[in-house]
Amino acid sequence: MDPLVIAGKIYSSRLLVGTGKYKDFAETRAAIDAAGAEIVTVAIRRTNIGQDPNQPSLLDALPPSQFTYLPNTAGCYTADDAIRTLRLARELLDGHDLVKLEVLGDPQSLYPNVVETLRAAEVLVKDGFKVMVYTSDDPIIAKQLEDIGCVAVMPLASLIGSGMGILNPWNLQIIIDRLSVPVIVDAGVGTASDAAIAMELGCDAVLMNTAIAGARDPVLMASAMKKAVEAGREAWLAGRIAKKTYQASPSSPTSGLIGS
Amino acid sequence: MITLHINGQPRQFPAALKIADLVSELDLLGKRIAVEKNGEIVPKSQHGNVMAVDGDQLEIVVAVGGG
Repeated sequence: MDPLVIAGKIYSSRLLVGTGKYKDFAETRAAIDAAGAEIVTVAIRRTNIGQDPNQPSLLDALPPSQFTYLPNTAGCYTADDAIRTLRLARELLDGHDLVKLEVLGDPQSLYPNVVETLRAAEVLVKDGFKVMVYTSDDPIIAKQLEDIGCVAVMPLASLIGSGMGILNPWNLQIIIDRLSVPVIVDAGVGTASDAAIAMELGCDAVLMNTAIAGARDPVLMASAMKKAVEAGREAWLAGRIAKKTYQASPSSPTSGLIGS
Repeated sequence: MITLHINGQPRQFPAALKIADLVSELDLLGKRIAVEKNGEIVPKSQHGNVMAVDGDQLEIVVAVGGG
């Protein structure tokens, strides 16, 4: 057993997934099942008044009794909008207080606005929320978010939806080394090796959406990501060998060679 | 007639009404929604008591797919 513990709750999967960008709810469900994810992010949006009330909803495809919902603040550019959104989410989900805070800087880069993020985190933590927070890979900000009381800090690997992988493993390493709460790479993963590298660095988990939903075969990619996260975690636990730039080390015996 | 601003759109109603009746009027009964009135959450337990009155700004939200 090597459980992930977030805010005192135990999870066996270290792959957290988003529920956006899928073709339909059936594909969403199939991909999430293939990923083996227990925590799924959802967005909070205005209801379409006047739409067919019998239209299927996300909650039918992913019953909140079977998954841990992580409502997010995607699309919020101010602390106030993020706080309002998560208060609505808590009301919507019957008092559920585990949330994903993200406050974005601009619509082109979707880079986090860490000033507004820090402001929102302070208010939300005081208001009783268990805040998992999306942030940049700045180790100082990451530590400040932990000090405020966030239950997990989630630095980006690269820009949301970019698929660029881990651009600054050194910063992530500093964050992992300095924080006590779980560190979860959120955003930028493109393919399975990116997820494995994040876990090999010592991240506690990986959160992704586009890398799975945007793949040609999302269900197969979800399965690949599950394996990559597990493989990366096992490799980290096993402890990799040191890198020796100029010194080779044979794997076979150096004695008993014929002709010696 | 009163005007309520629901999710940014003005809508006319004959008179002030309870949030519960508004939810029913909008065909949202039984749906998992959350309601905010003038920036404050209206808890489900209060939908039968709190009135929507002329000029109120209401937000009614649902959970949708997102990352």
